[in-house]
Amino acid sequence: MRKRKSLLTLLTMLLVVGTVLAGCGSKSDGGNGSKQNTAAAKDQVLHINLSAEPPTFDPALAQDSQAHTVLNMMYEGLVRLDENSQPVPGVAEKWDISSDGLKYVFHLRKDAKWSNGDPVTAKDFVFAWQRVLDPNTVPAPPYAYQLYYIKGAEDYNTKKTTDFSQVGVKATDDYTLEVTLNNPTPYFLGLTSFYTFYPVHQSVKDNPKWAADPKTMITNGPFTMTTWTTGQKIEVDKNPNYWDNKDIKLNKISMSLSNSGATELSSYRSGQLDYAGMPNGEIPTDQIPAIKKEMPDELTMNPVGSIYYYQFNTTAKPFDNAKIRKAFAMSINRQEIVDKVTQGGERPAFGMVPPGIAGAKDEFRTEHKDDYFQENVDEAKKLLQEGMKEEGYTTLPPVKLIYNSSEKHKKIALAVADMWKKNLGVDVQTENQEWGVFLKNRKSLNYQIARAGWNPDYNDPMTFFDLWTSKSGNNDVGFKNKEYDALVNDAFTSADNNKRMDDFAKAETLLVKDQQVLMPIYYYTSVSLQKPNLKGVVKDYAGGVDFTRAYFE
Amino acid sequence: MVRYVANKLFYMLVSLFILISATFFLMKVIPGDPFMSEKSVPPEIQARLMEQYGLDKPIYQQYFKYLGDIATGDFGISMKHQDQEVSDIIKETFSASLKLGLCAIVVSVIVGIFLGMLAALYHRKLIDNVAMVLAVLGIAVPSFVLASLIQFIFAEKLGWFHVMGFDSPLDYVLPVAALSAQPIAFIARLTRSSMLEVLHADYIKTAKAKGLNWFTIMYRHVIRNGILPVVTYIGPMTANIITGSVVIEQIFGIGGIGKVFVDCITNRDYTMIMGVTIFYGVLLMSARFITDIVYMLVDPRIKLTGGKEG
Repeated sequence: MRKRKSLLTLLTMLLVVGTVLAGCGSKSDGGNGSKQNTAAAKDQVLHINLSAEPPTFDPALAQDSQAHTVLNMMYEGLVRLDENSQPVPGVAEKWDISSDGLKYVFHLRKDAKWSNGDPVTAKDFVFAWQRVLDPNTVPAPPYAYQLYYIKGAEDYNTKKTTDFSQVGVKATDDYTLEVTLNNPTPYFLGLTSFYTFYPVHQSVKDNPKWAADPKTMITNGPFTMTTWTTGQKIEVDKNPNYWDNKDIKLNKISMSLSNSGATELSSYRSGQLDYAGMPNGEIPTDQIPAIKKEMPDELTMNPVGSIYYYQFNTTAKPFDNAKIRKAFAMSINRQEIVDKVTQGGERPAFGMVPPGIAGAKDEFRTEHKDDYFQENVDEAKKLLQEGMKEEGYTTLPPVKLIYNSSEKHKKIALAVADMWKKNLGVDVQTENQEWGVFLKNRKSLNYQIARAGWNPDYNDPMTFFDLWTSKSGNNDVGFKNKEYDALVNDAFTSADNNKRMDDFAKAETLLVKDQQVLMPIYYYTSVSLQKPNLKGVVKDYAGGVDFTRAYFE
Repeated sequence: MVRYVANKLFYMLVSLFILISATFFLMKVIPGDPFMSEKSVPPEIQARLMEQYGLDKPIYQQYFKYLGDIATGDFGISMKHQDQEVSDIIKETFSASLKLGLCAIVVSVIVGIFLGMLAALYHRKLIDNVAMVLAVLGIAVPSFVLASLIQFIFAEKLGWFHVMGFDSPLDYVLPVAALSAQPIAFIARLTRSSMLEVLHADYIKTAKAKGLNWFTIMYRHVIRNGILPVVTYIGPMTANIITGSVVIEQIFGIGGIGKVFVDCITNRDYTMIMGVTIFYGVLLMSARFITDIVYMLVDPRIKLTGGKEG
């Protein structure tokens, strides 16, 4: 009896304390927020979170979006992308492009400086690009192939020649850089804003560990790194030697490194972060409805040039039959998936090139509509029957869908499998696999249906098509089609942008309409939260974020 | 005594060797490599990377080369964070886990023993009941639930602490609280039950009968004997806490070694996996070793038998 009474006392005490605490909460909350706003405007210190520590700060070795965000603060290429994803002068003040589109002459500005005060010269670019392409660079830069557009670059990188003078990059004087390409590449100019093309200070050749310590990182961008605590925190400060530092209003960008979306969101709500979500983190999807109600003005969901899709293994039964592939692609409800599962304002996809990717004049997706197929359950059922008849099935062989372990992929997979069950009467088994295992199975064609996604490397539809050619190392669907290869090759070598876009449209028709090798699901959006007084954050066509010109009001 | 220690050390080395070998071969069996990505790089570049890290050689050659390297104390360069030495990453991230862990251990031991003693002394009274209810809660509530809860209340809602980060002393409060809840509960219960046992032992009655004062009885007999089970528990607990809690580190955004351990496996960062495994191995074995020694020093019965042998 006595025991029970003391238990009751304890519980009551807990309740009282809890209520008092909660009461304090709502009061101090409002005060906190406004204080923070004025303080932020005065200090101009931006707080963001990266969901993973960038594996490297060496532009030659970088290959992920976290490194992209940070390197973009610390370096500047020949050009940079403005708020419309158009190339604008960076280190290069102006440039001339020959009429055949093969030769670029970049005129570098004379006031561009490294963070130690040295001038940035054309030789620094030659040095950096040679370093990326040199087969003896340790470790081998994985993105060296981004430079293969340059004449002789691939031969030099794959040791077919050892003579760098054969490669089409020359510094004719300190401030003039001449670049010769293999093919007219309309997107090359924009590509020079990419980190693999950044200049690197020539002192790095004497110090293989230069990128491991902020003290030895000499950079040429708006910010320089001042603090780096492994796994914990990265800070960059405004670089007084940057040529355009009058346009840089932030004094410091402080980056925390938490891989938990929930923690990131909680930090944002508490005012510790000024920005949360894509591209460096992810807002938990189950929180989006609450956020839409709670802070609709701070939430943005802009479309980005990435696509979420399922791919069929065209060498595995029963998906070696195009009609069966079509039946599967036509019998799901994409709108329902984006409305109820992903909830980030994504757009249902019926083609492979997302909106935002440049076409001949406007966006490719505006010039060529993605009406390659429609969702139609009756038609799908009919096609499935026809396909089964062609293959001589009385019942469909068992079908398995694989995806890499993630809460979101799982939800989508379950929803899709459920739609197939309801609409086609087919039982599809879903299986999640650890990332490495998943990649290996996909690459070795050990699957029937697999989840996939693709984000662009540059602003041209080519980045979505060259991976499905017969020779591509990324072609993991077993699709080999001479007509398709010819179309992509034509677009690769042609200088006529109208013709190139027509080629792409034809290639897309083959891939999605005729063959249905891929089952597009939705075009990604970039879901992020941004404090109302934070302005000037720029996102590019691929969802990459540029904080360099951001400021607090 | 010396023989006992030497014996223990020898077995530790053998276990370490087995641990290294088993991890090395198991790790190579998992599909994938450190350079895999959704966008595959050209085969020439992939091959060059494999060659530069010696991954193109037969596994047994890689194995012997690795054994040679670690014999000279070279743990290599991380294959994912390619500018950084494995030992540097371990050093930096472990220092965060260690700082956090030591605070949690000190808090757990002090609060745990204190609560346990109070409960034992006021057996079946209100304090005892409160302490034990708290202990049951501490053991039953998973640390990630507690961590999220206190994060939500004290950081997000009340704004008393930062939600994440690890800069100021205040940043320690929430993660330490989350980390130590379970050990506190455990230690409190252990202390309580063993002290209750001791309090009813004959030698305490004798001591009381001799007319020793309360303080001397408590200090010389009750605490010293009652604390033994706690010492046994502190060893493994220490190892467990300072090796970093992935969950707590994740929730509070702390760059500790627990996070590194999980990430390096996902990344197939071979050198890092081996480095952290060896580090953990040595740490856990040392913790057990030290526990054994301390146990010998504290428990007179063990010292006696140990003394006879040595």
